[in-house]
This record gives sequence, structure tokens and C-alpha cells, in this order.
Amino acid sequence: MKNVWTIIILAVLLTVPLWLTDQYYLHIVITTGIFIVGAMSLNLLLGYTGQLSLGHIAFFGIGAYASALTSLGFNIPVFWSDEFRIIVEPSHPALGILIGTALAGLCGYIVGKLSFKIRGAYFVIVTVSFAEVVRLVALNWVDLTQGPLALSNIPPAGYNLPLLGEATFWAKTPNYYLVLALALLSYVLIRRIVHSRMGRAMIALRENESLATSIGIDVTRYLVFAAVMSAALAGAAGALYAHYIRIIDPDIFLFIYTVTMVIMVVTGGKGTLAGPIVGGIIFGILPVGLRTVAGPEVQWIVYGIAMILIVFFLPRGIVPAVVDWWYRRTGKAPTHTRTQPPSQDSGDGKTGSNWNGAASEAMLTSKALSRD
Amino acid sequence: MTQATQKKAILSIEHVAVHFGGLVAISDMTFDVKEGELLSLIGPNGAGKTTAFNVVTGFLRPTKGEVHFRGIPLHKLKPHEIASTGLVRTFQKTSLFTTNTVFENVLTGLHRHGNASSWATLLALPSMKREEAQLREKVWEILDFIGIAHRANELGGSLPYGEQRLLGVAVALAADPSMLLLDEPAAGMNPSETADFMALLAKIRKRGISILLVEHDMPLVMGVSDRIVVLNYGKIIANGTPAEIQANPEVIQAYLGQGVKHAAA
Repeated sequence: MKNVWTIIILAVLLTVPLWLTDQYYLHIVITTGIFIVGAMSLNLLLGYTGQLSLGHIAFFGIGAYASALTSLGFNIPVFWSDEFRIIVEPSHPALGILIGTALAGLCGYIVGKLSFKIRGAYFVIVTVSFAEVVRLVALNWVDLTQGPLALSNIPPAGYNLPLLGEATFWAKTPNYYLVLALALLSYVLIRRIVHSRMGRAMIALRENESLATSIGIDVTRYLVFAAVMSAALAGAAGALYAHYIRIIDPDIFLFIYTVTMVIMVVTGGKGTLAGPIVGGIIFGILPVGLRTVAGPEVQWIVYGIAMILIVFFLPRGIVPAVVDWWYRRTGKAPTHTRTQPPSQDSGDGKTGSNWNGAASEAMLTSKALSRD
Repeated sequence: MTQATQKKAILSIEHVAVHFGGLVAISDMTFDVKEGELLSLIGPNGAGKTTAFNVVTGFLRPTKGEVHFRGIPLHKLKPHEIASTGLVRTFQKTSLFTTNTVFENVLTGLHRHGNASSWATLLALPSMKREEAQLREKVWEILDFIGIAHRANELGGSLPYGEQRLLGVAVALAADPSMLLLDEPAAGMNPSETADFMALLAKIRKRGISILLVEHDMPLVMGVSDRIVVLNYGKIIANGTPAEIQANPEVIQAYLGQGVKHAAA
């Protein structure tokens, strides 16, 4: 049943450019997709470790700028003199996207390390400050970023591979597939993380940090890991954005974009895999529907009201509310079930369950049986 | 358990003092716990028992003194590093991952058992899947051992209070301790739950796990302890077997005040 749904959803996603022929709508889908990747990456930090990164757009912007600059090349003076210059020749956009992703991940590592003991409000302040510093650098380092004049003529993404030949993604359709590939990759990676021992450590940090440390979880390590993954995925999304829109300016670091991602995560359901996707679709598509009937100011008011209503009536977000409703209706909640009969524990510590020592005979035989 | 006293110390606390500014929570505390022993730390409220726990488990730094566990100095380690040496605590206030199920609580507790790398997880390697399956097996074994397997799919926070305390012990046991520090584990349990808990303590000890217990329930303490250390105003006033402690006039005075002597006379 679950597999059927996966195939249906994949089939729909893969055929979007075939039935959505209006280029404007396809453009909306692409930008929404990019923001959904941003929201998914934010959700790893906010939803699973419980730490709100209110400067998340900084990682997105760093990915965008790094990728754009790698593919455009740059020529900047060092030590404020014209004698020493760093000259970087233009490279292929694919390399730019990789560098953008890596640099954003590195920044995530630094922010994670800086805030190794900082939680809650203090983590928020560190991330907000970080984003503001990055925005000011992008605005004022005119030699590198052109400042408010914007980096323009960014080459579109593409590939140049031995067997497939060369292609440049001028059209919307290949860009759609590129974004879809990144979104699917992000989804799979995040799902693997949160369903693993690492994800449990992150949730333990969110739920009860002192209990987590008391059972031997190095919470800082997992917070840093989550920050790196989250920042790298946001950076990758930013890089795709730069090569798709083909012009970026320091406004990309505006606080409102972080807020948009937070709204997507919170209304969709933080700490759920589908939450940021649902929230992203709602707040990515809503502006299009409103465009014909309302001006931008009215749109913001409608967003605000929608957000307040969702948070007020569904405090945990849309996805958990729907899931709960479904379980109540069908009476089938997911449960953990045994794969082998209960062990007979007589309490003498020798014949019973043996979680404290090496694998017991019972465990070994059950493993041997399950192998054939 | 007379042979326990001949065994070597697993945990030794040497001249530990804890000052909070001008307040002396513990002035000078020295005692050790022998391998396989169940030692209780008792004393009136505010005597410094929980402070002692927090020092041993790295949640507080001692002002003076040293703590060694199996020869490893603990006072420079972080809490999670101390847990990795096999010294695991529970908390006085019920401490669970309340929005997770009982099963998930114990699965999280098994953190120390897993060693799948980040890459193995991201690539979903077979070794990682095998490890997950083994951890899930282990969860059932621990739930059976504690006797709360029937609650596996309920939320930790929705359990009755006594079972929440048991789940706290289950999570600590999942961390594979060689020594367990239990901070008032029977607080809030009714008499029959307390009796069950005494049986559980005996079962845990049969696995060779040493226990340091802080508890107010005197029948429980007297019933399970090999040795009792009595703290009052941050100082040890007595250290001996339950029978010796019950007969110690200083202990009686600390608990019941001066008047008792006259009343008894």
C-alpha cells in the first residue's frame, strides 16, 4: 500500500512538465521546490534537534553566491592593493554547485561549533547574527559580490559528461528535474538520518538534553552534524536558485526568506518528514492564487492570518493533525512488534534475556534461522 | 553480602567538597562502592545527596576532591563521557523522552550499543540495517526484563507514575551500565510497586551491576542495601550495614532530632 503511494507520487512528480505546460506555473513549481528543499533542511535542525536556526537563509545565500562566483570567476585585490590579486577563472556551474554546497556545509559546521553550548534563544541569536554578518559582507564587498548591483549573467546549470555529452539548462524543464533530483535526494538523506541512531540522538537532545547526556549521547556532536547537513542542503538549494534565476543580490539574505522557511516548517509540521513539503506547497502556491485577486500587501496579511489560524487550531502543524485524524478513523497506529517470542526471564541473569553481555545462544540461533 | 566488602572498589569518592558561592553543599565526603555492592546514600532533605550524584555523574564540578570509577578519574569528563565509562544515572524528577513511545525511549537508551558511522547511515549500508534490527531485539529484551513490554507502544509521558519510574530505569539499563546511580527511584510508588521494585533491584544486581541508591523509603533502603552512608549537612555521619545504621545514635538524632532520646529513655 505504502509502495503504491510512493510510485503514484513519483509518477506525478516526474511528469509535471508534461501536463503543466504554462511556463509561468512551471516557474512557480521550480522556485517552490527550491524553497521546499530549504524548508526540509531547516526542519532537520528545528524539527529534530529542536534548535531554531533563524538565519537559515544565510546558508542558502552562501551556496548561491559561492556557486555563482565559481562559475562567473572573479578578480579581487588582496590587502587593498592592486599588486596582489586573486584571480579565479570561470568554471563549470556543476563545480560551482558542489563548491556552494560544501562551503555552506562548512559554515554550518562553524555555526554549530560556535554554539556548542548554546541552546534555545541563544542559538537563535547566533544564527540571526550570522545571517546579518553574511548579508553585510555580500552588500559591502563590492569587488567580489558587486554589492547592491547584483551578480548577473550567472550561467545556467548543465552538464558536460564523457558519455552524455554536453547540455546547458536554459529551459525550465531541465531545471525542474534538477530541483526534483535535489529534493528527492534531500528527502532520502534526511529520512535515513532521522530514522537512525543519529536521528534518535537528535530527538533526545530536543526532548530532554540532560537525560540524553546521562545515557552517553554526545549531543553536541549530533547538533553539529545536523547543522552541517542542514546547511549543506540549504546551500545546494541556494546554488540551484542562483543558476536558475541567474541574478542574485544581497536581498537574498533578507530575514523574510528565513521566516518564510520557518512558516513552511511550522505550519506543515516540524519534526515530520512530510511537514515542510506540505507547508512549502501551501506557502509556495498560495501567492499565485492570491496574485490575481490581491496586491502584495494584502497577500502578506492573508499569510499572517493563515499562519495564525493554522498554529492556533493545529499547534503541531498540518501533517501531525492529519496523521492523528487518520489513525483515529482507521484505528491503526503504527506499532513496534516483536520479531521473536518474549524471552523467559527467570531472574537469575543466566538463562534469561542477555542484553548485558555477549549475544545469547537464543539470539544466535534466531539469527541463524532467519538467514535461510 | 559479606564477600562484597572484600571486593575492590568500583567507585571511589575522595574528599569531595562542593561549594555554591558561600554555601557549602558538601564539605568533605569520602566513601567508595565495591564491585557488585548496593550502597545507599541517605540523609535528611538538603543533606547533599543529589549534589553528590551530580558530582559523580559530571553534571557538577566538585570544588575539591576527586572521583574515580574503575580507576578512571571522572572529575574532568563531561556527562556523556562518564556515561560511556559505564556509570549511568537516573534522575530524581521523572526524566523521560515523554513524547516518544516506551519502545523508542529504550531504543534511544541503546545509543551506546550502536556504532554505525554517519556514512553507513547516509548510504543505508547493510551493516547499519543489521545493527538496527539487533537494537530492536534488545529493546524487547530490556522491556521484558523490567516488565513493561505490554506498554511498548504507549507514550512515555502517558504511563502511570510508577511505570514512568520503571521506564527511567529501563532507559538507564539500556545504556549498558556496570554501575547504576538511582536517584529516589521509588518516589511516588505505592507499597506494592515498591515491593516489585525491590525484586527488580535484586534482578539487576544478579547481572553484576553495582548500584548507588539515594532513597527516602527506609524499609526499601534497609531491605536492599549492603551498606548505607548517611549524609547530614554535607558531611558523612555514618557508614555501615543497615543494622549498624539503625542502631547509630547520631543517625537517629539527625533524622528524628534530640527529643527521641528522651522519649526512648
